[in-house]
Amino acid sequence: MIAFNKYYNHFNLLSSVLIVVSLLLLIFKGLNFGIDFKGGTLIELRASDSKINVSSLRDRFNQMDLGDVSVKKFGNETDFLVKFENKDNKKNIIEEIKTNLDKSFGNNYDFRRVENVGPKVSAELLKSGVIAISLSLALMLIYIWIRFEWQFSLGAILALFHDVIVTLGVFSLFSLEINLSIIAAVLTIVGYSMNDTVVIFDRVRENLRKYSDIKIFELTNISINETLSRTIITSATTLLALLAIYFFGGEILKGFSLAMILGVVFGTYSSIYIANTVLVRLRVSQKTVLREDDQK
Amino acid sequence: MLYFSKLRILFITLFSVLFILIASSNLFKFDDNFFDKKINLGLDLQGGSYLLLEIDNEPVIEQKLQNLTTTIRNYFKEKNIKINNIKIDNQNIFFNVTDKNKQSVLDVFQDENSDLNPYYPRFKSHQLEIEDTGLNFKVNFSRQGLIKLKTSSQDQAIEIVRRRVDEVGTNEPNILKRGNNRILVELPGLDDPMRIKSLLGKTANLTFRFVTNDENDRFGVEKLKFENGLEEATVSKRIIISGENLLDAQPKMDTQSNQTIVSFSLDRVGAKRFGKATSTGIGKQLAIVLDGKIISAPVVRDTIASGSGQISGGFTFQTATDLALLLRSGALPAPLEIIEERTVGPDLGQDSINAGMIALAIGFMLVIIFMFVKYKIFGLITNVTLIVNLFILLGILTLFEATLTLPGIAGIILTVGMAVDANVLIFERIKEELKDETNNILAFDGGYTKSRTAILDANITTLLAAIILFFMGSGPVKGFAVTLGVGIFTTLFSVYFIARLFTSIYVSRNKDKEKLI
Repeated sequence: MIAFNKYYNHFNLLSSVLIVVSLLLLIFKGLNFGIDFKGGTLIELRASDSKINVSSLRDRFNQMDLGDVSVKKFGNETDFLVKFENKDNKKNIIEEIKTNLDKSFGNNYDFRRVENVGPKVSAELLKSGVIAISLSLALMLIYIWIRFEWQFSLGAILALFHDVIVTLGVFSLFSLEINLSIIAAVLTIVGYSMNDTVVIFDRVRENLRKYSDIKIFELTNISINETLSRTIITSATTLLALLAIYFFGGEILKGFSLAMILGVVFGTYSSIYIANTVLVRLRVSQKTVLREDDQK
Repeated sequence: MLYFSKLRILFITLFSVLFILIASSNLFKFDDNFFDKKINLGLDLQGGSYLLLEIDNEPVIEQKLQNLTTTIRNYFKEKNIKINNIKIDNQNIFFNVTDKNKQSVLDVFQDENSDLNPYYPRFKSHQLEIEDTGLNFKVNFSRQGLIKLKTSSQDQAIEIVRRRVDEVGTNEPNILKRGNNRILVELPGLDDPMRIKSLLGKTANLTFRFVTNDENDRFGVEKLKFENGLEEATVSKRIIISGENLLDAQPKMDTQSNQTIVSFSLDRVGAKRFGKATSTGIGKQLAIVLDGKIISAPVVRDTIASGSGQISGGFTFQTATDLALLLRSGALPAPLEIIEERTVGPDLGQDSINAGMIALAIGFMLVIIFMFVKYKIFGLITNVTLIVNLFILLGILTLFEATLTLPGIAGIILTVGMAVDANVLIFERIKEELKDETNNILAFDGGYTKSRTAILDANITTLLAAIILFFMGSGPVKGFAVTLGVGIFTTLFSVYFIARLFTSIYVSRNKDKEKLI
């Protein structure tokens, strides 16, 4: 049996630090919102001429007076991603850009993807994204409340917040882009982290009923160990699937799968070191569970 | 938990086979209608254009208020109630009355049967809102009135948008209402939406009006620019004929001048008016005005009584074709603005499909190998179940002709990763049971029973996330929610019916074997 409980305090400290650092990052550095949430224009461009590269594209685009233009390689050598604000929401901007690029590069490029999100729409998308995440956290809270005692519910929700905040913190730290699919990933993380916590909690509750003489500190450790092989196997298979998406699923799914991978790692960690420690700190005992049983 | 009746085995087999067949209809061609369904590919996979249009209702409201002013003025005139200084300012109608008329004016606006409340009987609400400060009245559309106005302009606009898109002839466009002032246009397979965008960006309000130098024209005059933006002309506000009078419009080559023109034919009313105007206006310039700009202003040389004519204005064949198309499909009630656009080229879509499929295949292989190494025979059972699960999932998506997007494929891969969770929970539990239980059957039974709450809780939480995503997400993300959500049900089915069936068969044949798992 691995003594997970020996490190409860250490990892709680670590998590607190992670959360504080993430929050500081989120407040002072902020998130790198993509055009979905910030508004603007995105062009994915494929070149068939080696003359076209990041610097020559940047030169061209900077001459067009589009505001802040970012040009990046996208996946392989011939693909580029161009993003700009399109502040005045000009109507025929794409057409203008095409004519302009034709002059320098002729027919040696191709627009593979064009996205243009107006300021009104991006504000709405951001709002609905925030609502979606809050709503799912609230629903989980209610569900766990119904299924378990409030101490468990608190533990699970703290674990969820930890996962979401730290994942977003990593995105802030590395300035990774937040777009619609990241919201989907965050929601799935919420589901996965909860899933993981629930499995351990289920066992904790079962053991609480079984043993009256074991203290919660020991009991959580027993439960973690009993479910450990499941935790490892499920995390492993999920990570295998996600790594497959990350490495082979194409450039568009990279951010999404990265968020999910982070979420699975943090989710597994938080189920052990946050959800359970909350039970320990709240001194959950057999009475907690039995009282609830009596009420039912 | 391990017992299966013959009937149940039959049901499980039939169900699985049915969905595998339906799923395979994506690969093969069946003659049967039922099996002829296919999973729709989202725009991000098949390529295409997604446009979100917003209707700018300001001009409509302006126009309606203008009409309303006239109605109100005439209405009170008829009733011999004197109102003064009626004017429109900042989207409100203002007028004042004398003290003795105040009550009767208020009564008219409250009257449920008056002409000023045209739909009180139907909606039980007033179209207009009236506010009085002493003897000054302020009239405006009520909330209900505004909603009515917006939905009706949306209804008209979506009809015109549909006609224009149909005229261009893209395959299977999807045109839907969003809220009460937006229209969503999905154009599969279209990789360059430039033409559609420019067609939808025009209101196409066509009028024929005389050019006049008389500043005191009875109907008022306005200065309008020519299409080229250089010249200007003073044009009467009196409309001879408008786009509504057109029956047909076609691009043509004028053999005499060797120019591309748009020829049109008018309805009966239009022909009559056009004939009259051209007979009295010989020698005058007739301005052809489209969306506030003069296309051309030819001099009337002859009476045109045939009800047909032509517009010239230095068109190329393309611009003439587009103008004719716009005129045929009619004018939009209000200008449209494209507030969101997403276009994916078909080759990128194909690349995404390929990448998604490769990721799915690799993810699947990794999980299958992992499970086999870890659980041997039970890993094999899990793997077979996983494959059947994948087919049932695809079968259900096919049956409902769901839309598969790139995040949707990611959802399927994720389902593969997470689907083993339930099996793992069960197997691990069985292992624990076997520590103190020597009877294999009892141990397996206990494993299934005791792991059930954890499995249900775990799946319900994921399902909650999927449901929220489905209702809050848009486009591609919705596709993810669909596959994730459906995946949960198929996973539960395959774990509790298919995998359990195999397990039960295996265990009952080897019940005395030690170290079964």
